[in-house]
Amino acid sequence: MKLIFERGDPGQHMTLLPECDVPEVSLKERRALPLRLPHVSENELTRHYKQLSDRVHGVNDGFYPLGSCTMKYNPKIDEELAALPGFTRLHPLQGDAASQGALEVLWRMEQALGTITGMDGVTLQPAAGAHGEFTGLLLIKAYHTARKDSLRTKIIVPDSAHGTNPASARMAGFDVVNIPSGPDGCVDLTALRAAVGPDTAGLMLTNPNTVGIFDKNILKITEIVHAAGGLCYYDGANLNAVVGVVRPGDMGFDVCHLNLHKTFAAPHGGGGPGSGPVCCKEALCRFLPGPVAEKHGEKFRFVTPRNSIGRVRGFAGNFTVIVKSLAYILTLGREQLPQAAENAVLNANYMMARLAKNYEMAYHEFCMHEFVMTLDQLHQKTGVSAMDIAKGLLDSGIHPPTMYFPLIVHEALMIEPCETESKETMDEVCAVFEALRKEAETDPQALHDAPKHTPVRRLDEVEAARHPIVRYQFQQD
Amino acid sequence: MGSYVPNSPEVQREMLDAIGVRSIRDLYANVPKKMFVRELDLPHEMSELEVRAAVTELAEKNRVFKTCLRGAGSYRHYIPAVVKSITSREELVTAYTPYQAEISQGILQSIFEYQTMLCELTGMDVSNASVYDGATAAAESITMCLERKRTRAYVSATVNPQVIAVMRTYCFGSGTSLTVLPAKDGRTDKAALKAALGDDAACFYLQQPNYFGLLEDAAELGGLVHAAGAKFVMGVNPIACALMKTPAECGADVAVGEGQPLGLDTAFGGPYLGFMTATHDMMRHLPGRIVGQTRDVDGKTGYVLTLTAREQHIRREKASSNICSNEALCAFTAGLYLSAMGADGLRRAAELSMSKAHYLAGELKRAGLPLLYRGEYFHEFVTACDARTAAAIEKALEKAGILGGLPVEGGILWCATEVVTRTELDQAVEIVKEVLGK
Amino acid sequence: MKFPAELKYTRTHEWVKMETETDALVGISDFAQDQLGDLVFVNLPVVGDTVTAGETLCDVESVKAVSDVISPVSGTVAAVNEDLLDAPEKLNEDPYGAWIARIEKVSATEELLDAAAYEAVTHEEA
Repeated sequence: MKLIFERGDPGQHMTLLPECDVPEVSLKERRALPLRLPHVSENELTRHYKQLSDRVHGVNDGFYPLGSCTMKYNPKIDEELAALPGFTRLHPLQGDAASQGALEVLWRMEQALGTITGMDGVTLQPAAGAHGEFTGLLLIKAYHTARKDSLRTKIIVPDSAHGTNPASARMAGFDVVNIPSGPDGCVDLTALRAAVGPDTAGLMLTNPNTVGIFDKNILKITEIVHAAGGLCYYDGANLNAVVGVVRPGDMGFDVCHLNLHKTFAAPHGGGGPGSGPVCCKEALCRFLPGPVAEKHGEKFRFVTPRNSIGRVRGFAGNFTVIVKSLAYILTLGREQLPQAAENAVLNANYMMARLAKNYEMAYHEFCMHEFVMTLDQLHQKTGVSAMDIAKGLLDSGIHPPTMYFPLIVHEALMIEPCETESKETMDEVCAVFEALRKEAETDPQALHDAPKHTPVRRLDEVEAARHPIVRYQFQQD
Repeated sequence: MGSYVPNSPEVQREMLDAIGVRSIRDLYANVPKKMFVRELDLPHEMSELEVRAAVTELAEKNRVFKTCLRGAGSYRHYIPAVVKSITSREELVTAYTPYQAEISQGILQSIFEYQTMLCELTGMDVSNASVYDGATAAAESITMCLERKRTRAYVSATVNPQVIAVMRTYCFGSGTSLTVLPAKDGRTDKAALKAALGDDAACFYLQQPNYFGLLEDAAELGGLVHAAGAKFVMGVNPIACALMKTPAECGADVAVGEGQPLGLDTAFGGPYLGFMTATHDMMRHLPGRIVGQTRDVDGKTGYVLTLTAREQHIRREKASSNICSNEALCAFTAGLYLSAMGADGLRRAAELSMSKAHYLAGELKRAGLPLLYRGEYFHEFVTACDARTAAAIEKALEKAGILGGLPVEGGILWCATEVVTRTELDQAVEIVKEVLGK
Repeated sequence: MKFPAELKYTRTHEWVKMETETDALVGISDFAQDQLGDLVFVNLPVVGDTVTAGETLCDVESVKAVSDVISPVSGTVAAVNEDLLDAPEKLNEDPYGAWIARIEKVSATEELLDAAAYEAVTHEEA
């Protein structure tokens, strides 16, 4: 497929802007470097982008079982409402009085998320989960700084944690203490007790954890950290298993982030934009990034908390993403939100039960919304790896599960079907997995060579990293 | 079903039987009984019809100003119809991050094209696939420049205050010292800059055009920064890049900025688009995803996420940034916008914006609002008046459906873009005259 | 798998060649490069840096992983092999020729094994 720069010709352009109705001025000193942007007609432009779209795999293309990503169905009404001119044409600095509807959207979202998490304060500023983690950790830092406790320099992270957890801790200026998980994939209480001390600023955890299991020791875990003077941060990436059923605030967590583009059905957009609101208990509220939307009588205002850590981005947040998720929460309401979580858990256990006939599960208890298979033995026996099975799935038009995560499981494939998949779809997918298993035993080379029917086949990532080509080079360069 | 769950209670029953439990709650066996939420204090579920009504009502409680003369970091430019038509395609909206390259060539190629276009705009060698917004891009650019012996960051007071605020917060995290260097007559004080930069200076950040709309002597300032052995970071307006000397020509090591003007709605502040470009030497310091070109096993050209060992999922606590999800669809939109506009179209948008702004400034001066600062400006400028007058002007314009310039210290920060007509500008000036006449 | 007899090795799979009493050349072993797979980038140490035996000297990247190279000796980095910046694959192709750093003023070393002892260690690991 051609690049856009290889299409059209320099004479082509679209007539988009009118003549100038005022005297023309321009800059005295202008750029000498040529500006080489595409030169295509609207017809060619739309064809190019159609071709690109045909090479994209959306949720509407098929099953998307990415563990820890919660690729649930993205409702169309949410898209439509987020595109209303009454939202899209607002200038972020047009003033509170002129933005009462937008402020109400933010306020209602803050209320809803506070209720769902069992927490007291909310910021909608962070643009993604990792951004939320960074923000939440800064709240913890501000808390200890305000208490004049300069010893608390460490954040404890289990070795099963998503890479953003330790990276965020580092960005917030903390040292990371990794603790090993137990054989059951859960927090090893002995290791945790050994790790906490007067230098503990906090613990970062997700529950259910990254192997899809709800840690039954969760109250003990948060108690141990609190007793040592640390705070507990909840990574909300796995909230879909318990949303509306269990609240992070009741598990003993002090602060958390949520992923609107996971649990709350906002679409992924090929990698973003998302939104990562942060919720916290009373003790941390005064440190929240400002401004926050507040209701005073019948009016809404932006208010900055008195000891705010400041801004973590420009303006109020990824506003239209928030609109989508608010519409979703309003649609489900108090009755259906727990139903979503329960069906996510039901679907995952159903698939796990079926696949257990042909694949080895990493853990042998009921899972929550996701489960991890280990292809280690299959790899040793046939030479077929988790990567090969994943590439084999591509030939059946199925997006592979999350691969090689979490790090504590070898040859891992993590599957999260979400509540929006039907039994019929899951049965079809299980059949494909079963067929791949057979193929691994009878014709492993076919899987090493997979995929065969995709627009491109396996790509040379080594060459791409050794000699990066990260832009198109025009003839003249 | 209200929860988008396709399985009926009967089918759910079948599944429970297959698993071997009686109820879904049996699957939550690890949860302490008392932890289950008894009553969720949320509104009752709603049908789609009711949700549409409720949220539309919220949208209608906002004022949509017909004429917008306010910028300050968010700009109303003309978005070609083809942009929204394409970006609302379901597969583009709902796709995941392109980790499985074989079935994600559409996204990967579009980002490769975007990266190329951002390099063309800024003149720099490499671009990443986006960060959250211009302010976080500025904050992340500091991290890029830190070295063992160079740990102090400097930023001009002529930078958008929100950008400085975000830099401060990020520096609170990393423990980096951040110094705001003073302005002189609306532009960076060169003498102050020279005096401040020692041999522990990591970088200096300059906004171009600056917050007041003025063009700074970027190349000269860059020279001072390099003389001190520090890195020169420029935060640029992407539309202005069509006309002005590029960051590359000014000697920038890193060029970042807010990409919202490139086809994104003002949308009450987000989602926006942080772009980050750099010299080849700085490539491996860029945070976030980068798309590279390579070949597949059959020798076909293809695209893939590359240089991934920089990122959090591999480096974990040794990563320089934690960024995972970015603003991918916004970057896609920017590439599409730039393709629709082309170089001529972008230059046109820039020239029209600048011309309209200069016309407005001239008319406002004649009406009694002189410019606060002297010097060349692009599409924003500050007129001088006291706070009371600024408020009165703002109010009078709002009554007429015009969002006037932003009241700032010393006056009003105005903006004009290619979408505003001479008639609208004249109308605004008339209203200002009336207010001043009183 | 090669284990040149004239070199010394660490348990963490680096090799050391004492060029003089106080100057050491350091690299990674054949076993190491085999385990790491195709290397795509070497984050070389900085000339002038102080290094400590047993602590990280620098790291090397493959497509999907980063691995620390542990310094076998304490001292000061005198030189780094800049060829590796453009051609990290040399570490895979010629691990004993593609040195990473020259350390001078060597004051202490980690436990160093001879070729036979190191080979035995690699058999244990495999």
